[in-house]
Amino acid sequence: MRYAETGFNLEIDLTTGRIEKVETATDLAEHYLGGQGSAAKLLWERVPPDVDPFSPDNLLIFSTGLLHGTPLPACNRTVVNTFSPQTNLMSHSLFGGFFGPELKYAGYDKIVIRGKAPDLVYLYINNDKVEIRDATHLRGKGCTETGDLLKKELNDQRVQVAAIGLAGENRVYMASIDHNHASAARGVGVIMGDKRLKAIAVRGTRAVNVARPAELFEVSQRIHQKMAGSSGCGDWMAVDEDDSFHHNHFAWGNARTRRPGYWNPELQERWTKWKYDHLDRQTGCYNCPKKCRNVISWPGRPRFGYKCFGKDTYHMAAFQELDFSYDILGVAQEYGVDSYSTPQVIAFALELLEAGILTDKDFPEMPADVRGRFFYLLDKIVRREGIGDILADSVSHAARRIGNGAEAFDHNTTKKFEQLPIKLGKLNPAYFLMIATGEKMSITQIEGSFPQDPLPTEEQRHEFVNKWEAVPDEKFKQYFLNWKKRSDISDEATCDIVDWNEAMHYIDDSLGLCGFVSSFRGQFGGDVPYHMNNIPQTIALATGTEMDKPKLWKNFQRIRTLIRAVNVRRGLRRKDERPPEDHWAVRDEKYEQELLSKYYAFKGWNSEGIPTRQTLEELDLAYVADDLEQRGILDPADGGAR
Amino acid sequence: MNPGTETKTVKEILVNVDKCTGCRACEMACSAFHSNPQFSSINPAKARIRVVSNELTDEYVPVFAGNHTKSGCDGRHVYTIDGKTYSECSFCRASCPTRDHFIEPDSGLPLKCDMCESTPPLKQPWCVEVCGEEALTYSEREVPREQPSAAAPGQLELGLEALMRQHGMEAVIARLQEMGKEK
Repeated sequence: MRYAETGFNLEIDLTTGRIEKVETATDLAEHYLGGQGSAAKLLWERVPPDVDPFSPDNLLIFSTGLLHGTPLPACNRTVVNTFSPQTNLMSHSLFGGFFGPELKYAGYDKIVIRGKAPDLVYLYINNDKVEIRDATHLRGKGCTETGDLLKKELNDQRVQVAAIGLAGENRVYMASIDHNHASAARGVGVIMGDKRLKAIAVRGTRAVNVARPAELFEVSQRIHQKMAGSSGCGDWMAVDEDDSFHHNHFAWGNARTRRPGYWNPELQERWTKWKYDHLDRQTGCYNCPKKCRNVISWPGRPRFGYKCFGKDTYHMAAFQELDFSYDILGVAQEYGVDSYSTPQVIAFALELLEAGILTDKDFPEMPADVRGRFFYLLDKIVRREGIGDILADSVSHAARRIGNGAEAFDHNTTKKFEQLPIKLGKLNPAYFLMIATGEKMSITQIEGSFPQDPLPTEEQRHEFVNKWEAVPDEKFKQYFLNWKKRSDISDEATCDIVDWNEAMHYIDDSLGLCGFVSSFRGQFGGDVPYHMNNIPQTIALATGTEMDKPKLWKNFQRIRTLIRAVNVRRGLRRKDERPPEDHWAVRDEKYEQELLSKYYAFKGWNSEGIPTRQTLEELDLAYVADDLEQRGILDPADGGAR
Repeated sequence: MNPGTETKTVKEILVNVDKCTGCRACEMACSAFHSNPQFSSINPAKARIRVVSNELTDEYVPVFAGNHTKSGCDGRHVYTIDGKTYSECSFCRASCPTRDHFIEPDSGLPLKCDMCESTPPLKQPWCVEVCGEEALTYSEREVPREQPSAAAPGQLELGLEALMRQHGMEAVIARLQEMGKEK
């Protein structure tokens, strides 16, 4: 019997209509866990590097995490992977809610989708009954609207639905995949739309078995209780009405203007009233005691849910207030667009108009007020109408298509992907490395375990490290104790810190764990319920395989290095690993490049950021080294790049 | 009817729908506790509690399994409470042929909440234990146990009276005599 995992993937070919239930290797989880880890292996094995993201041969993979469906709380993030037309690299996205666990209860660890349907279809999974069904009647329907219609059509309110909206149908690069009020961003909806797959509806009534039941349940309940009573996990932004941090420090418009001192008590009171006058409820994801999502009913708009920084992006891009975000978010949710990148694309277009690179003729009948303009452009983008067709390719591609100097306005992307609108003074070494080398595209998916800032007094630092259970190694306590100024930290410490931050995300995204109780949250307070010191035990109890800290760390390194290789094979090189030039006002090219070289060496990568044969072999990835050598990407003579 | 002096313990799970976040931890814990061996498998479809939820209508109602009924219903009634609409099924605790709530998915047998009966007894049922929001709370209260009164007719008398109303006294007496001979 397989524990924690089901041992089966569902293989769907949308071109031929073929549906297969395929057993996976029994030692897969031991080496690649699940979720993103085992998905990366499939992408490596089955999608050669010359496959265009829009080719039927591109795969779209929905993965459960290894621990989905077990009693462990907050294991519910579904992982979506494919290749993105925006970056031409591996797309990595996640969404919370109930979809992943339901898929596992239906008897599958993954849905692996290839091919393209001739017209819109949806996939219906009810345990062993799996059907590709016509979805032309859902054309143009909103994301949550589609979920609702399918539940009625299937006469089952318990069906869990992930769907694309108009943006996905029209292959907008910023298109998301939405499930209830959760959203998978960062370039996956476009491929679902390209495959003409409107939605997946899943219902499962099977059991997920665990290896050591009583012990696992006890551990799960201990973690559950810690989570329920702790302010050290979950999304504090769901309840903290003081959002001066984002508004005073992040850049407004097209990641352009900082407004220090913007926040004030009157504003906070006004915004708090807007929120609570329209808040229906705070909701949680499957088997999690936190309630991170605020569900808002705004007059005349579809009910929507948001969490984290998602409530700020639209009004900050438009220089408006919270009521504007509340007005547009429900509309954007139904269209199915990424609320981080889309507002930047719209602000970028309005900057080009102001600069005269685009003219009024490009925006026929556009309203004069900025709010109206955002709605107008959102609509044009999701329909790919007029200028919207160009903007739908995201800032970086749109800038190149528009030309005429537009490229200079593409100032906030890395690897062609929109970054968070952060423009700071002095370089932060760890953040330089994370933004440069991260392959999850958003800093929120890379940072998170080591605090963002030092504490001012020695006493406070001691107090912090004394109760810091999450550290994988005592050296991190020393780093923190000796850390006084943000930018003043050794390169050795910087490499270790970035590595630990990354490690937790790669582990979470393979287990299905939520970053708000693990990888993202430790940086604020250090008191996370899941960390390197207890996760190995949860895996061992759930799966029955032996797992300890060194073995789990090696799993992280294996998965992380494999994903690097997947992207290297598609052309990722050192030159691509640059944070936006204006991310920090003061830059030191020589220092940055030296630090980058040290980090590559630390990771066992050569000077181009390519994993060496020795590194690959140590991680049982000799098959990757063979392939990279065959393709002339690694030189067998010196293990370096050609 | 004279209340007697003896009491019995009434165990109740109280539901506050306004506090439910829809996380379904209650379903997880219920199915784990009732699996065999205990906690060995998780399957919310086998839980004796269900969160009836619809995020579009802001409907979140935890319902725990009551009695089995052989007949279904059309489930057409709609309740409007505080401006929100709920279907009849949202509040119904029955396992019935109309829906798959509280029907064991493998055997088709009805499921019923047993308040996590166990020896030694738990402090409270598992669904309540894992509800971080107090949408589910547990209460035990002592109520007087009703004593059968001498003046009131017993169950046998009630049954015979009903038979006589339906078939007539003579037919009932005649049939009883026949049955006595057969024995």
